[in-house]
Amino acid sequence: MSVLIFADQADGIIKKASFEALSYGNKVAALLDTTAEALVLGNVTDNVVTLGKYGISKVHTITDISLNHLDTQVYASLIAEAAGKTGATVVVFSQNQTGKAIAARVAAKLKAGLVAGACALPDVSSGFVVKKTVFSGKAYANISINTPIKVISLNPNSFPVTVAEGNAEVSVLNINIPESKVKVTNINKIVGEIPLTEADIVVSGGRGLRGPENWGMIEALAQSLHAALACSRPVADANWRPHHEHVGQTGYQIAPNLYIAIGISGAIQHLAGVNRSKVIVVINTDPEAPFFKSADYGIVGDAFVVVPKLTEEINKLIEKNSH
Amino acid sequence: MKILVCLSKSPDTTSKIAFKDNNTLFEDAGVQWIINPYDEWYALVRAIELKEKDVSTTIHLITVGNADCDAIIRKALAIGGDEAIRINVQNNDSYYIAAQIAEVAKQNNYDLILTGKESIDYNTSSIGGTIAELLDMPFISLATKLVIEGSNAIVTRDIEGGEETAEVSLPLVLSCAKGMAEQRIPNMRGIMAARTKPLKVLEPAAIETFTSVVNYEVKPAKTSVKLIAADNVAELARLLHEEVKAF
Repeated sequence: MSVLIFADQADGIIKKASFEALSYGNKVAALLDTTAEALVLGNVTDNVVTLGKYGISKVHTITDISLNHLDTQVYASLIAEAAGKTGATVVVFSQNQTGKAIAARVAAKLKAGLVAGACALPDVSSGFVVKKTVFSGKAYANISINTPIKVISLNPNSFPVTVAEGNAEVSVLNINIPESKVKVTNINKIVGEIPLTEADIVVSGGRGLRGPENWGMIEALAQSLHAALACSRPVADANWRPHHEHVGQTGYQIAPNLYIAIGISGAIQHLAGVNRSKVIVVINTDPEAPFFKSADYGIVGDAFVVVPKLTEEINKLIEKNSH
Repeated sequence: MKILVCLSKSPDTTSKIAFKDNNTLFEDAGVQWIINPYDEWYALVRAIELKEKDVSTTIHLITVGNADCDAIIRKALAIGGDEAIRINVQNNDSYYIAAQIAEVAKQNNYDLILTGKESIDYNTSSIGGTIAELLDMPFISLATKLVIEGSNAIVTRDIEGGEETAEVSLPLVLSCAKGMAEQRIPNMRGIMAARTKPLKVLEPAAIETFTSVVNYEVKPAKTSVKLIAADNVAELARLLHEEVKAF
């Protein structure tokens, strides 16, 4: 018996969302009085022994370089086989792009019930019940998994990473890799920007900024906070900003620790993309903007005055604290 | 080419989310049902575009649900598609739903099975991957572009911080995201034509369910926003530092 956590990597580096999944899996293992083990596919530059600090006793690896590209069919086959070999009764994923691609496939292969989008530890007091977000973050559902093997895909940024001392034992899994039917021909990464879906802090601008020429102050604030940039749908539709920055129901759904919305009124379609954020700050000239109802902090004021001033004050504090 | 488009009924985005029967059921009184936007805008419309390029293409639409779904299926048929199938059962388990669709797909040799990237009610992103597993087909999720070249598909998908393009042979299952196509409004001719398009109602296959809903909870509203005066921006910086620990 074990809890097996899939530790997802990109370009040889284990993703931050996977550390959350590892910490979560470790806590699930404690609840079930068993061990937490991890699976890493592909070649990684990280030393996987260090996954021990997230409470992982054993890391299973299949280091074939072909596995640095995700093929859901190949991955599902390997993960399911690894789950069998390690006697896993719970398999944990992060519900990031990779988790969305493979968690359901692995669950189907294992004939295991799946909770995708989990946001809390399972309640194992009677049965196995996992809380997940539903209705785009407006509600929760408690789902009972009724199969011997359970698959949980954890929402990014919904569970704290816990770190302790410890090294993991590394074991190379000897499993035949099925032939891939998917041939990757091109990868296009946006360089020099923090990926929106991975960011801790997101600074977002809306129509209230009046035009693309006014984004300098948004970029300056984002730079001070090491934040990713985002925008509302009208801004992307007007081509003021690239489409990969669009958050909302039709764009990306994100859940950063801090979301700063500037000149965005907060239409329900926009909220559907951001209301899983931990803290929301709204800066808007209109005191009636619906976004203030979902915000933790707000300033009713002119962004063109408030934002540069905010960046200046933040920089002052950063400067002060560095001494 | 034969395409299957999977559609789900979901409450309109602006619906009030509430629950009844001791929080075990979604309160559907007064709710406006729509086609799950990602299924409609991206999966269905891209299928229609492919048919416009190659008129020999057949498009089947499928949904799993009770007769309440018929209105949204007719709307989907008005946008496009040749015929629709409804599997007459109400269930929340994503494996159960996907397996019902896979049963139908097994008998029809589809070249392409399209879903939206997720439903806006249960947000699981799991139907496409499950169908692909049950049919032993490749599956690419969060696809933003699709080009068909003979018996191959060239698919671009979102990855963290960028995109990846891959070539894969048909048959194939795809979950579709923004970029795949643009929303279309049905025109009068489409609405008229949809009335006579076939809508087959099938009884469900015997499939197990793996999960069940215990109950729901509405997310508590934020207590109230802490407003900071526009001439006291330093205070917001202090709060972001001390309370939010943003830097």
